[in-house]
Amino acid sequence: MAPIIEITNLVKTYPGVRAVDGVNLTIEQGICFGLLGPNGAGKTTLIEIVEGIQKPDSGGILYKNHPVGDRFRKEAGIQFQVTSLQEFLTVRETLRLFRDLYPRTLDIDEVIHLCNLGEFLDRDTRKLSGGQRQRLLMALALINDPELLFLDEPTTGLDPQARRNFWDLISMIRSKGKTIILTTHYMDEAYALCDVIAIMDKGRIIAQGTPEQLLKDHFNDVVLQFPDESVKGKLEGLDLCVSAQPGRCEICTNDVDKTIRLLLDHGVSLSRMTVSSWSLEDLFIALTGKDLRT
Amino acid sequence: MKKFFAILHARNMEFIRDTSSLGWNILFPLLLVLGFAVVFTGEPKALFKAGVLGDASVLKGTDREFFNARYVQFITVNDERMAIDKVEHFQLDMLVDIRQGRRYWINENAPNGYVLERVMKGMGGSRYERTIVQGREIRYVDWVVPGILAMNMMFSCLFGVGYVIVRYRKNGFLKRLKATPLHPFEFLLAQMVSRLILIQAITVAVYAGCNYFIHFQMRGSYGNLFLISLVGAVCLISLGLLVSARLASEELAGGLLNLLTWPMMLLSGVWFSLEGVNPAVQKIAQFLPLTHLVDGARAIMTEGAGLADIAPHLLILGIMSAVFLSLGSLIFKWE
Repeated sequence: MAPIIEITNLVKTYPGVRAVDGVNLTIEQGICFGLLGPNGAGKTTLIEIVEGIQKPDSGGILYKNHPVGDRFRKEAGIQFQVTSLQEFLTVRETLRLFRDLYPRTLDIDEVIHLCNLGEFLDRDTRKLSGGQRQRLLMALALINDPELLFLDEPTTGLDPQARRNFWDLISMIRSKGKTIILTTHYMDEAYALCDVIAIMDKGRIIAQGTPEQLLKDHFNDVVLQFPDESVKGKLEGLDLCVSAQPGRCEICTNDVDKTIRLLLDHGVSLSRMTVSSWSLEDLFIALTGKDLRT
Repeated sequence: MKKFFAILHARNMEFIRDTSSLGWNILFPLLLVLGFAVVFTGEPKALFKAGVLGDASVLKGTDREFFNARYVQFITVNDERMAIDKVEHFQLDMLVDIRQGRRYWINENAPNGYVLERVMKGMGGSRYERTIVQGREIRYVDWVVPGILAMNMMFSCLFGVGYVIVRYRKNGFLKRLKATPLHPFEFLLAQMVSRLILIQAITVAVYAGCNYFIHFQMRGSYGNLFLISLVGAVCLISLGLLVSARLASEELAGGLLNLLTWPMMLLSGVWFSLEGVNPAVQKIAQFLPLTHLVDGARAIMTEGAGLADIAPHLLILGIMSAVFLSLGSLIFKWE
């Protein structure tokens, strides 16, 4: 399918920081694209440049093969990480305000139904809970029936139920053929929702692909875990990649059948063995390191 | 237009529902005017004031006797027309001309003038030729009310637009609007029109409310008064927009707005006439929009000035508005 967004050699610097450092990205239409990265990686800066909120120092962005302009503003829906609304307005009035800013919109009742706003329609927007507020912000991003939806950490601070509720909503929007660009810190969220993931660090895209492909590319082994008592004294002299963890022992292997045969031959019981594959979080840590970011 | 009306309506709702702010906008001028009415209504001052055309110090004998009277302040004046006008409005109790003949002007309705005339006749002034003028007293409250209303407009326009836009920018609401097809001009125009409607409505209501109790002197036309307040409000809102065009700090915006409002409050003739103050201060005052709003409104109310008389003030306010708005939209930033 044709790309909806094409980013070429994008650069943005702040005093002393190269926030976006020569990024090239192509985002296909109709997918959910996840942008992951530690704090300060440049995700929000990159997204805000694409949204037209910030100006890049150099580089180009095309929306449907055209420079970002009026058409983009009419067809894009945006949910910022942090935003305030006009005070003293109810949820319904806020929806009407934003509806009137666009030439083509969804019916307000449809948005209310989609985002489940019915219970607090006449409440002042300052008196909404965290989950209700996120749903309203999502509704505002959807009000112009966008072709392209930007969601910047939409579930941060939500409880597990509210997060799952949001995931359902995002999946449903994606099923309508809309393109979604999502930034998140939750790897399970990215894995559950995104067709393609890009991992960003220090202003650069350091990995990109489907979640499965990325894991396959970076990890070709699995980890077998045993309690200490199951393997005590039985692994000496064996040609295995063993690492000792508190109370347990981990064996990395890319040939599970062969390893298990070897272990059985040496009297290791498999009854308490667990097998774990690598997660997106492991990949994230492997690529971006364990150092604390601010 | 749909976008403009959406923002206009939202801002109007925000203002009207923010009851504390709305209450303050109405209550503040009301309290000031009523306070002044109470303070300055009461026993007239004991001192008599007489304007003198000519030099009384060269007079001799009985001619001089009246000019030595105690409790009468003799003020040398040069402009006969202006001095007569002051007698008409009770600002002088009497005007005496000793340049060639001996004449005096008196307002028949002024109690002080009546007493002072008797004093003069008993102190060597019986030969003076008498001229009667008519007119109603301009109380201080009549004089000060255009200033107070204009000052309230100034605070409301500068803080209600300037401060609010800075707040919108700081909390990210402007950034959210930037992500929509809304044009900055539509946004700014809606802010201006919203404040214009609300401040005009409030000013009319406060004027009517105070007038019910105090009965201001109003010698000109209400149409002209409305016109100058409208043009003045546009100018002050434009100044507010200029201040808020780029700032993202409410503290800095507050400081700058205070820096603008306080000199205007003191130097624009709100509380006292600028006649007789340092010429440099008078020059500075001419660069302040509030001066032109107050002078124009006061001229209409106390002197019955017509459209032609206030045209220079309207022109200056118009030019200032154009400059502030152009600069403001030139340097405006959503973030």
